[in-house]
Amino acid sequence: MLQIDNLTAEIGGKPILKGLSLTVNAGEVHAIMGPNGAGKSTLGYVLGGRPGYEVTGGSVSFDGQDLLQLEPHERAAAGLFLGFQYPVEIPGVSFVQFLREAANAQRKGRGEEPLSGGEFLKLAKEKAALLKLDMDMLKRPVNVGFSGGEKKRAEMVQMGILDPKFAVLDETDSGLDIDALRIVGEGINAIMRQPGKGVLLITHYQRLLDYVKPDYVHVLAAGRIVKTGGPELALQLEEEGYEAVAA
Amino acid sequence: MNDATALPTRRDEAFRYTDLDALSGLWPVAREEVAVPAGSSDAMQVVELGEANIARHLVVTLEKGARFDLRILSAGPSFGRIAVDVRLDEGARFTLGAAQLGSGSQTLEIVTEVSHEAPDAVSEQVVRSVLAGQAVGTYLGRIAVARGADGTDAEQSVRAMLLDRTATANARPELEIYADDVKAAHGCAVGELDAQGLFYLQSRGLTPPEAKRLMLQAFIAEAFAGAPDEEALSDAALQRLGEML
Repeated sequence: MLQIDNLTAEIGGKPILKGLSLTVNAGEVHAIMGPNGAGKSTLGYVLGGRPGYEVTGGSVSFDGQDLLQLEPHERAAAGLFLGFQYPVEIPGVSFVQFLREAANAQRKGRGEEPLSGGEFLKLAKEKAALLKLDMDMLKRPVNVGFSGGEKKRAEMVQMGILDPKFAVLDETDSGLDIDALRIVGEGINAIMRQPGKGVLLITHYQRLLDYVKPDYVHVLAAGRIVKTGGPELALQLEEEGYEAVAA
Repeated sequence: MNDATALPTRRDEAFRYTDLDALSGLWPVAREEVAVPAGSSDAMQVVELGEANIARHLVVTLEKGARFDLRILSAGPSFGRIAVDVRLDEGARFTLGAAQLGSGSQTLEIVTEVSHEAPDAVSEQVVRSVLAGQAVGTYLGRIAVARGADGTDAEQSVRAMLLDRTATANARPELEIYADDVKAAHGCAVGELDAQGLFYLQSRGLTPPEAKRLMLQAFIAEAFAGAPDEEALSDAALQRLGEML
Protein backbone atom coordinates (compact mmCIF):
# COMPACT_ATOMS: atom_id res chain seq x y z
CA MET A 1 0.00 0.00 0.00
CA LEU A 2 2.92 2.36 0.78
CA GLN A 3 6.13 1.71 -1.03
CA ILE A 4 9.15 3.90 -0.35
CA ASP A 5 12.09 3.22 -2.60
CA ASN A 6 15.59 4.60 -2.09
CA LEU A 7 14.23 7.96 -0.89
CA THR A 8 16.62 10.83 -0.40
CA ALA A 9 15.59 14.22 0.96
CA GLU A 10 17.17 17.36 2.32
CA ILE A 11 16.28 20.44 4.30
CA GLY A 12 17.98 23.68 3.35
CA GLY A 13 20.58 21.77 1.33
CA LYS A 14 21.40 19.40 4.19
CA PRO A 15 20.78 15.72 3.30
CA ILE A 16 18.64 14.00 5.95
CA LEU A 17 17.19 10.91 4.28
CA LYS A 18 19.88 8.97 2.47
CA GLY A 19 18.33 6.11 0.56
CA LEU A 20 15.39 4.97 2.67
CA SER A 21 13.37 1.99 1.48
CA LEU A 22 10.30 0.59 3.18
CA THR A 23 7.14 -1.24 2.16
CA VAL A 24 3.96 -1.32 4.23
CA ASN A 25 1.20 -3.65 3.06
CA ALA A 26 -2.48 -3.18 3.79
CA GLY A 27 -3.41 -4.46 7.22
CA GLU A 28 0.07 -3.90 8.66
CA VAL A 29 1.42 -1.68 11.41
CA HIS A 30 5.08 -0.73 11.13
CA ALA A 31 7.06 1.04 13.82
CA ILE A 32 10.05 3.21 13.04
CA MET A 33 12.41 3.77 15.92
CA GLY A 34 15.72 5.53 16.02
CA PRO A 35 17.88 8.05 17.80
CA ASN A 36 17.38 11.81 17.67
CA GLY A 37 18.42 13.29 14.35
CA ALA A 38 18.08 10.02 12.44
CA GLY A 39 15.45 11.53 10.11
CA LYS A 40 12.25 10.13 11.66
CA SER A 41 10.28 13.37 11.64
CA THR A 42 11.71 14.30 8.25
CA LEU A 43 10.28 11.06 6.87
CA GLY A 44 6.87 12.00 8.26
CA TYR A 45 6.99 15.51 6.79
CA VAL A 46 8.23 14.29 3.41
CA LEU A 47 5.34 11.85 3.25
CA GLY A 48 2.94 14.65 4.23
CA GLY A 49 4.44 17.04 1.66
CA ARG A 50 5.60 19.83 3.95
CA PRO A 51 7.17 22.76 2.07
CA GLY A 52 10.90 23.06 2.64
CA TYR A 53 11.49 19.31 2.70
CA GLU A 54 13.00 18.65 -0.68
CA VAL A 55 13.00 15.19 -2.18
CA THR A 56 16.19 14.73 -4.18
CA GLY A 57 15.77 11.14 -5.27
CA GLY A 58 13.84 7.90 -5.00
CA SER A 59 10.09 7.34 -5.12
CA VAL A 60 7.04 6.90 -2.93
CA SER A 61 4.04 5.06 -4.23
CA PHE A 62 0.77 5.13 -2.29
CA ASP A 63 -2.04 2.88 -3.46
CA GLY A 64 -0.47 2.85 -6.91
CA GLN A 65 -0.20 6.68 -7.09
CA ASP A 66 3.01 8.70 -7.14
CA LEU A 67 2.62 10.31 -3.72
CA LEU A 68 5.37 12.86 -4.25
CA GLN A 69 3.49 14.43 -7.17
CA LEU A 70 0.50 15.27 -4.96
CA GLU A 71 -0.10 18.48 -2.99
CA PRO A 72 -0.56 18.04 0.77
CA HIS A 73 -4.37 18.32 0.50
CA GLU A 74 -4.43 15.83 -2.36
CA ARG A 75 -2.47 13.36 -0.23
CA ALA A 76 -5.09 13.79 2.48
CA ALA A 77 -7.90 13.19 -0.02
CA ALA A 78 -6.04 10.10 -1.26
CA GLY A 79 -6.31 8.74 2.30
CA LEU A 80 -3.06 9.75 3.99
CA PHE A 81 -3.09 11.18 7.51
CA LEU A 82 -0.10 12.77 9.23
CA GLY A 83 -0.23 12.88 13.01
CA PHE A 84 1.98 15.78 14.11
CA GLN A 85 4.59 15.56 16.82
CA TYR A 86 3.80 19.19 17.61
CA PRO A 87 0.22 19.94 16.54
CA VAL A 88 -0.06 23.56 15.43
CA GLU A 89 -2.14 26.12 17.31
CA ILE A 90 -4.38 28.23 15.08
CA PRO A 91 -5.98 31.11 17.00
CA GLY A 92 -9.51 32.07 16.05
CA VAL A 93 -10.25 29.00 13.93
CA SER A 94 -12.71 26.68 15.62
CA PHE A 95 -11.86 22.99 15.63
CA VAL A 96 -15.32 21.86 14.54
CA GLN A 97 -15.49 24.32 11.67
CA PHE A 98 -12.01 23.37 10.49
CA LEU A 99 -12.65 19.64 10.75
CA ARG A 100 -15.98 19.79 9.01
CA GLU A 101 -14.48 21.80 6.17
CA ALA A 102 -11.51 19.41 6.00
CA ALA A 103 -13.73 16.32 6.00
CA ASN A 104 -15.93 17.79 3.29
CA ALA A 105 -12.98 19.00 1.23
CA GLN A 106 -11.67 15.43 1.27
CA ARG A 107 -15.07 14.03 0.36
CA LYS A 108 -15.36 16.53 -2.48
CA GLY A 109 -11.90 15.50 -3.69
CA ARG A 110 -13.17 11.92 -3.83
CA GLY A 111 -16.44 12.87 -5.51
CA GLU A 112 -18.58 12.16 -2.43
CA GLU A 113 -21.50 14.11 -0.95
CA PRO A 114 -20.63 16.55 1.86
CA LEU A 115 -21.62 15.78 5.46
CA SER A 116 -24.42 17.92 6.87
CA GLY A 117 -23.82 19.84 10.11
CA GLY A 118 -25.79 17.22 12.05
CA GLU A 119 -24.03 14.25 10.51
CA PHE A 120 -20.67 15.81 11.17
CA LEU A 121 -21.40 16.63 14.82
CA LYS A 122 -22.59 13.08 15.46
CA LEU A 123 -19.35 11.73 13.98
CA ALA A 124 -17.21 14.20 15.93
CA LYS A 125 -18.96 13.33 19.22
CA GLU A 126 -18.44 9.63 18.61
CA LYS A 127 -14.70 10.05 17.95
CA ALA A 128 -14.21 12.49 20.83
CA ALA A 129 -15.83 9.92 23.14
CA LEU A 130 -13.51 7.22 21.79
CA LEU A 131 -10.50 9.34 22.74
CA LYS A 132 -12.15 10.57 25.97
CA LEU A 133 -11.76 14.17 24.86
CA ASP A 134 -14.40 16.62 26.09
CA MET A 135 -16.51 17.62 23.08
CA ASP A 136 -16.42 21.23 24.33
CA MET A 137 -12.71 21.32 23.55
CA LEU A 138 -13.53 20.95 19.88
CA LYS A 139 -15.59 24.13 20.02
CA ARG A 140 -12.42 26.03 20.93
CA PRO A 141 -9.80 27.33 18.50
CA VAL A 142 -7.57 24.65 16.98
CA ASN A 143 -5.17 23.36 19.66
CA VAL A 144 -5.08 26.72 21.46
CA GLY A 145 -4.75 26.25 25.22
CA PHE A 146 -4.63 22.47 24.89
CA SER A 147 -2.13 20.56 27.04
CA GLY A 148 0.42 18.38 25.25
CA GLY A 149 -1.68 15.28 25.94
CA GLU A 150 -4.90 16.96 24.82
CA LYS A 151 -3.27 17.96 21.55
CA LYS A 152 -2.26 14.37 20.87
CA ARG A 153 -5.72 13.07 21.68
CA ALA A 154 -7.20 15.75 19.44
CA GLU A 155 -4.92 14.53 16.64
CA MET A 156 -6.45 11.07 17.04
CA VAL A 157 -9.97 12.52 17.10
CA GLN A 158 -9.14 14.17 13.77
CA MET A 159 -7.85 10.87 12.47
CA GLY A 160 -11.08 9.18 13.56
CA ILE A 161 -13.21 11.78 11.81
CA LEU A 162 -11.17 11.80 8.59
CA ASP A 163 -10.96 7.99 8.55
CA PRO A 164 -7.75 7.69 6.49
CA LYS A 165 -6.46 4.58 4.75
CA PHE A 166 -2.97 5.18 5.98
CA ALA A 167 -1.64 7.02 9.02
CA VAL A 168 1.87 8.29 9.63
CA LEU A 169 1.99 9.05 13.34
CA ASP A 170 4.99 11.12 14.39
CA GLU A 171 5.71 10.62 18.09
CA THR A 172 2.04 10.54 18.94
CA ASP A 173 3.09 9.03 22.29
CA SER A 174 5.25 11.95 23.41
CA GLY A 175 3.71 14.15 26.06
CA LEU A 176 1.20 11.51 27.14
CA ASP A 177 0.79 10.24 30.69
CA ILE A 178 0.18 6.54 31.29
CA ASP A 179 -3.61 6.73 31.10
CA ALA A 180 -3.58 8.90 28.00
CA LEU A 181 -1.08 6.56 26.36
CA ARG A 182 -3.51 3.68 26.79
CA ILE A 183 -6.45 5.74 25.49
CA VAL A 184 -4.49 6.89 22.46
CA GLY A 185 -3.19 3.38 21.80
CA GLU A 186 -6.68 1.92 21.94
CA GLY A 187 -7.89 4.76 19.72
CA ILE A 188 -5.28 3.99 17.08
CA ASN A 189 -6.31 0.32 17.15
CA ALA A 190 -10.00 1.11 16.87
CA ILE A 191 -9.54 3.53 13.98
CA MET A 192 -6.69 1.97 12.03
CA ARG A 193 -6.44 -1.76 12.88
CA GLN A 194 -8.67 -2.73 10.01
CA PRO A 195 -8.18 -4.68 6.82
CA GLY A 196 -7.16 -2.37 4.00
CA LYS A 197 -5.51 0.17 6.33
CA GLY A 198 -1.90 0.72 7.24
CA VAL A 199 0.03 2.57 9.94
CA LEU A 200 3.56 3.90 10.24
CA LEU A 201 4.31 4.66 13.89
CA ILE A 202 7.30 6.90 14.44
CA THR A 203 8.43 6.68 18.04
CA HIS A 204 11.36 6.92 20.42
CA TYR A 205 10.03 4.48 22.96
CA GLN A 206 8.71 0.99 23.15
CA ARG A 207 5.84 1.86 25.49
CA LEU A 208 3.26 2.81 22.80
CA LEU A 209 3.97 -0.54 21.15
CA ASP A 210 2.56 -2.30 24.23
CA TYR A 211 -0.83 -1.02 23.10
CA VAL A 212 -0.41 -0.85 19.33
CA LYS A 213 1.33 -4.10 18.44
CA PRO A 214 3.49 -3.61 15.35
CA ASP A 215 3.95 -6.29 12.74
CA TYR A 216 7.39 -4.93 11.91
CA VAL A 217 9.89 -2.72 13.69
CA HIS A 218 12.54 -0.79 11.78
CA VAL A 219 15.55 1.04 13.09
CA LEU A 220 16.25 4.32 11.32
CA ALA A 221 19.74 5.71 11.71
CA ALA A 222 21.54 8.40 9.69
CA GLY A 223 18.74 8.57 7.13
CA ARG A 224 18.39 4.89 6.32
CA ILE A 225 16.68 1.78 7.66
CA VAL A 226 19.54 -0.16 9.20
CA LYS A 227 17.65 -3.04 10.79
CA THR A 228 14.22 -4.63 10.52
CA GLY A 229 12.60 -7.19 12.78
CA GLY A 230 9.42 -8.15 14.61
CA PRO A 231 8.02 -6.65 17.84
CA GLU A 232 10.87 -8.26 19.77
CA LEU A 233 13.29 -5.80 18.13
CA ALA A 234 11.62 -2.92 20.00
CA LEU A 235 12.18 -4.70 23.30
CA GLN A 236 15.77 -5.38 22.41
CA LEU A 237 16.28 -1.69 21.53
CA GLU A 238 14.77 -0.62 24.83
CA GLU A 239 17.15 -2.90 26.68
CA GLU A 240 20.36 -2.47 24.76
CA GLY A 241 20.04 0.95 23.14
CA TYR A 242 20.22 2.02 19.51
CA GLU A 243 23.95 2.00 19.25
CA ALA A 244 24.37 -1.64 20.24
CA VAL A 245 21.49 -2.90 18.12
CA ALA A 246 22.06 -0.83 15.01
CA ALA A 247 25.82 -1.34 14.89
CA MET B 1 -7.92 70.28 7.24
CA ASN B 2 -9.87 67.80 5.16
CA ASP B 3 -12.56 70.32 4.39
CA ALA B 4 -10.22 72.88 2.89
CA THR B 5 -10.95 73.42 -0.76
CA ALA B 6 -7.33 73.11 -1.86
CA LEU B 7 -6.26 69.57 -2.63
CA PRO B 8 -3.92 68.35 0.13
CA THR B 9 -0.36 67.32 -0.63
CA ARG B 10 1.59 64.37 0.64
CA ARG B 11 3.34 66.70 3.06
CA ASP B 12 0.12 66.68 5.02
CA GLU B 13 0.54 63.73 7.43
CA ALA B 14 -3.05 62.59 6.99
CA PHE B 15 -2.50 62.25 3.25
CA ARG B 16 1.03 60.93 3.19
CA TYR B 17 0.13 57.57 1.62
CA THR B 18 -2.93 58.59 -0.34
CA ASP B 19 -3.55 58.26 -4.07
CA LEU B 20 -3.60 61.96 -5.00
CA ASP B 21 -4.79 61.38 -8.56
CA ALA B 22 -7.80 59.45 -7.36
CA LEU B 23 -8.40 61.89 -4.53
CA SER B 24 -8.37 64.92 -6.85
CA GLY B 25 -11.41 63.52 -8.65
CA LEU B 26 -13.33 63.41 -5.36
CA TRP B 27 -12.14 66.65 -3.79
CA PRO B 28 -13.45 68.46 -1.82
CA VAL B 29 -14.87 65.74 0.39
CA ALA B 30 -18.06 66.76 2.15
CA ARG B 31 -18.16 66.46 5.93
CA GLU B 32 -20.85 64.11 7.17
CA GLU B 33 -21.89 65.20 10.64
CA VAL B 34 -23.10 62.63 13.14
CA ALA B 35 -24.21 63.83 16.57
CA VAL B 36 -25.14 61.40 19.31
CA PRO B 37 -27.08 63.12 22.12
CA ALA B 38 -26.23 62.64 25.78
CA GLY B 39 -26.94 59.18 27.12
CA SER B 40 -28.05 57.67 23.82
CA SER B 41 -26.51 55.10 21.49
CA ASP B 42 -26.08 55.00 17.76
CA ALA B 43 -24.41 52.67 15.28
CA MET B 44 -23.25 52.98 11.71
CA GLN B 45 -21.99 50.59 9.14
CA VAL B 46 -19.90 51.59 6.14
CA VAL B 47 -19.61 48.82 3.58
CA GLU B 48 -17.68 49.60 0.42
CA LEU B 49 -17.79 46.74 -2.02
CA GLY B 50 -18.37 48.70 -5.23
CA GLU B 51 -15.68 49.54 -7.73
CA ALA B 52 -16.05 53.32 -7.89
CA ASN B 53 -13.52 55.48 -6.07
CA ILE B 54 -14.82 56.84 -2.83
CA ALA B 55 -13.75 59.27 -0.13
CA ARG B 56 -15.75 60.04 2.98
CA HIS B 57 -15.23 62.22 5.98
CA LEU B 58 -17.30 61.48 9.06
CA VAL B 59 -17.37 63.96 11.92
CA VAL B 60 -18.83 62.38 15.01
CA THR B 61 -19.72 64.24 18.17
CA LEU B 62 -20.52 62.22 21.26
CA GLU B 63 -22.18 64.07 24.11
CA LYS B 64 -22.00 62.98 27.74
CA GLY B 65 -22.39 59.24 28.13
CA ALA B 66 -23.23 58.76 24.44
CA ARG B 67 -22.16 55.66 22.56
CA PHE B 68 -21.30 55.17 18.92
CA ASP B 69 -20.41 51.90 17.21
CA LEU B 70 -18.82 52.28 13.77
CA ARG B 71 -17.95 49.30 11.58
CA ILE B 72 -16.17 49.57 8.28
CA LEU B 73 -15.68 47.00 5.58
CA SER B 74 -13.53 48.61 2.90
CA ALA B 75 -12.96 46.15 0.11
CA GLY B 76 -14.24 47.19 -3.29
CA PRO B 77 -13.00 50.48 -4.67
CA SER B 78 -9.66 50.99 -6.38
CA PHE B 79 -9.35 54.03 -4.11
CA GLY B 80 -11.22 54.10 -0.83
CA ARG B 81 -10.60 56.64 1.90
CA ILE B 82 -12.55 57.01 5.10
CA ALA B 83 -11.62 59.76 7.52
CA VAL B 84 -13.31 59.77 10.91
CA ASP B 85 -13.02 62.59 13.44
CA VAL B 86 -14.55 61.80 16.80
CA ARG B 87 -15.03 64.08 19.80
CA LEU B 88 -15.89 62.42 23.08
CA ASP B 89 -17.48 64.22 25.99
CA GLU B 90 -17.48 62.86 29.53
CA GLY B 91 -18.12 59.12 29.83
CA ALA B 92 -18.78 58.67 26.11
CA ARG B 93 -17.74 55.55 24.27
CA PHE B 94 -16.54 55.13 20.69
CA THR B 95 -16.03 51.75 19.05
CA LEU B 96 -14.42 51.29 15.66
CA GLY B 97 -14.07 47.89 14.01
CA ALA B 98 -12.67 48.03 10.51
CA ALA B 99 -11.46 45.57 7.92
CA GLN B 100 -9.62 46.58 4.76
CA LEU B 101 -9.37 43.91 2.11
CA GLY B 102 -7.29 45.01 -0.84
CA SER B 103 -5.85 43.35 -3.92
CA GLY B 104 -4.65 44.41 -7.37
CA SER B 105 -3.60 48.05 -7.22
CA GLN B 106 -6.20 49.17 -4.68
CA THR B 107 -5.38 51.95 -2.23
CA LEU B 108 -7.45 51.78 0.94
CA GLU B 109 -7.17 54.25 3.79
CA ILE B 110 -8.68 54.70 7.19
CA VAL B 111 -7.69 57.87 8.99
CA THR B 112 -9.03 58.52 12.46
CA GLU B 113 -8.66 61.39 14.85
CA VAL B 114 -10.17 60.67 18.22
CA SER B 115 -10.31 63.50 20.75
CA HIS B 116 -10.97 62.73 24.38
CA GLU B 117 -12.07 66.14 25.58
CA ALA B 118 -13.53 65.26 28.99
CA PRO B 119 -12.94 62.66 31.70
CA ASP B 120 -13.76 58.97 31.65
CA ALA B 121 -14.47 58.46 27.96
CA VAL B 122 -13.55 55.23 26.24
CA SER B 123 -12.40 54.65 22.68
CA GLU B 124 -11.51 51.31 21.18
CA GLN B 125 -10.32 50.84 17.62
CA VAL B 126 -9.66 47.51 15.93
CA VAL B 127 -8.36 47.58 12.38
CA ARG B 128 -7.49 44.48 10.37
CA SER B 129 -6.06 44.67 6.86
CA VAL B 130 -5.55 41.88 4.37
CA LEU B 131 -3.53 42.99 1.37
CA ALA B 132 -2.60 41.13 -1.79
CA GLY B 133 -1.00 42.02 -5.13
CA GLN B 134 0.21 45.64 -5.17
CA ALA B 135 -2.50 46.87 -2.84
CA VAL B 136 -1.74 49.57 -0.29
CA GLY B 137 -3.60 49.59 3.01
CA THR B 138 -3.17 52.49 5.39
CA TYR B 139 -4.35 53.19 8.90
CA LEU B 140 -3.44 56.50 10.48
CA GLY B 141 -4.90 56.82 13.93
CA ARG B 142 -4.37 59.82 16.13
CA ILE B 143 -5.65 59.95 19.68
CA ALA B 144 -5.61 63.24 21.53
CA VAL B 145 -6.35 63.34 25.22
CA ALA B 146 -7.04 66.90 26.35
CA ARG B 147 -5.94 68.48 29.59
CA GLY B 148 -8.39 67.42 32.27
CA ALA B 149 -9.66 64.34 30.41
CA ASP B 150 -8.56 62.13 33.29
CA GLY B 151 -9.69 58.53 33.40
CA THR B 152 -9.50 58.24 29.62
CA ASP B 153 -9.29 54.71 28.25
CA ALA B 154 -8.08 54.65 24.64
CA GLU B 155 -7.14 51.52 22.79
CA GLN B 156 -5.89 50.85 19.28
CA SER B 157 -5.22 47.42 17.85
CA VAL B 158 -3.90 47.49 14.31
CA ARG B 159 -2.82 44.41 12.40
CA ALA B 160 -2.11 43.81 8.75
CA MET B 161 -1.58 40.58 6.87
CA LEU B 162 0.32 40.66 3.60
CA LEU B 163 -0.54 37.85 1.20
CA ASP B 164 2.12 38.95 -1.27
CA ARG B 165 5.47 40.61 -0.70
CA THR B 166 4.43 43.27 -3.23
CA ALA B 167 1.57 44.55 -1.06
CA THR B 168 2.09 47.43 1.36
CA ALA B 169 0.68 48.14 4.79
CA ASN B 170 1.11 51.53 6.44
CA ALA B 171 0.09 51.75 10.06
CA ARG B 172 0.67 54.68 12.36
CA PRO B 173 -1.00 54.83 15.72
CA GLU B 174 -0.31 58.14 17.44
CA LEU B 175 -0.97 59.40 20.95
CA GLU B 176 -1.00 62.90 22.31
CA ILE B 177 -1.77 62.99 26.01
CA TYR B 178 -2.20 66.04 28.21
CA ALA B 179 -4.13 64.42 31.06
CA ASP B 180 -3.34 62.23 34.06
CA ASP B 181 -4.55 58.76 34.88
CA VAL B 182 -4.92 57.77 31.24
CA LYS B 183 -5.04 54.20 29.97
CA ALA B 184 -3.81 54.13 26.40
CA ALA B 185 -2.78 50.93 24.72
CA HIS B 186 -1.78 50.53 21.15
CA GLY B 187 -0.58 47.49 19.32
CA CYS B 188 0.51 47.34 15.73
CA ALA B 189 1.78 44.41 13.69
CA VAL B 190 2.33 43.57 10.05
CA GLY B 191 2.84 39.93 9.15
CA GLU B 192 2.27 37.03 6.83
CA LEU B 193 0.11 33.95 7.27
CA ASP B 194 1.75 31.33 9.46
CA ALA B 195 3.27 28.73 7.11
CA GLN B 196 3.09 25.99 9.73
CA GLY B 197 -0.58 26.63 10.30
CA LEU B 198 -1.27 26.57 6.57
CA PHE B 199 0.51 23.23 6.16
CA TYR B 200 -1.36 21.82 9.14
CA LEU B 201 -4.73 22.77 7.64
CA GLN B 202 -3.74 21.49 4.20
CA SER B 203 -2.51 18.20 5.62
CA ARG B 204 -6.10 17.62 6.77
CA GLY B 205 -7.45 18.10 3.26
CA LEU B 206 -8.10 21.82 2.82
CA THR B 207 -6.92 23.31 -0.47
CA PRO B 208 -4.43 26.20 -0.14
CA PRO B 209 -7.13 28.87 -0.78
CA GLU B 210 -9.49 27.20 1.71
CA ALA B 211 -6.76 27.06 4.34
CA LYS B 212 -5.89 30.72 3.81
CA ARG B 213 -9.51 31.79 3.90
CA LEU B 214 -10.07 30.00 7.20
CA MET B 215 -7.07 31.68 8.79
CA LEU B 216 -7.95 35.10 7.39
CA GLN B 217 -11.54 34.75 8.51
CA ALA B 218 -10.25 34.33 12.04
CA PHE B 219 -7.91 37.29 11.56
CA ILE B 220 -10.59 39.78 10.54
CA ALA B 221 -13.25 38.40 12.90
CA GLU B 222 -12.00 40.67 15.68
CA ALA B 223 -12.95 43.76 13.67
CA PHE B 224 -16.60 42.73 13.58
CA ALA B 225 -16.92 41.02 16.97
CA GLY B 226 -19.94 42.39 18.80
CA ALA B 227 -21.18 44.46 15.83
CA PRO B 228 -24.97 44.88 15.61
CA ASP B 229 -24.82 43.17 12.21
CA GLU B 230 -21.80 40.97 12.78
CA GLU B 231 -22.96 38.06 10.65
CA ALA B 232 -23.74 40.09 7.53
CA LEU B 233 -20.40 41.92 7.77
CA SER B 234 -18.48 38.68 8.24
CA ASP B 235 -20.28 37.04 5.33
CA ALA B 236 -19.54 39.97 3.03
CA ALA B 237 -15.89 40.01 4.09
CA LEU B 238 -15.64 36.27 3.59
CA GLN B 239 -17.03 36.45 0.11
CA ARG B 240 -14.53 39.15 -0.80
CA LEU B 241 -11.70 37.11 0.71
CA GLY B 242 -12.79 34.15 -1.40
CA GLU B 243 -12.45 36.31 -4.52
CA MET B 244 -9.00 37.54 -3.47
CA LEU B 245 -7.47 34.10 -2.92
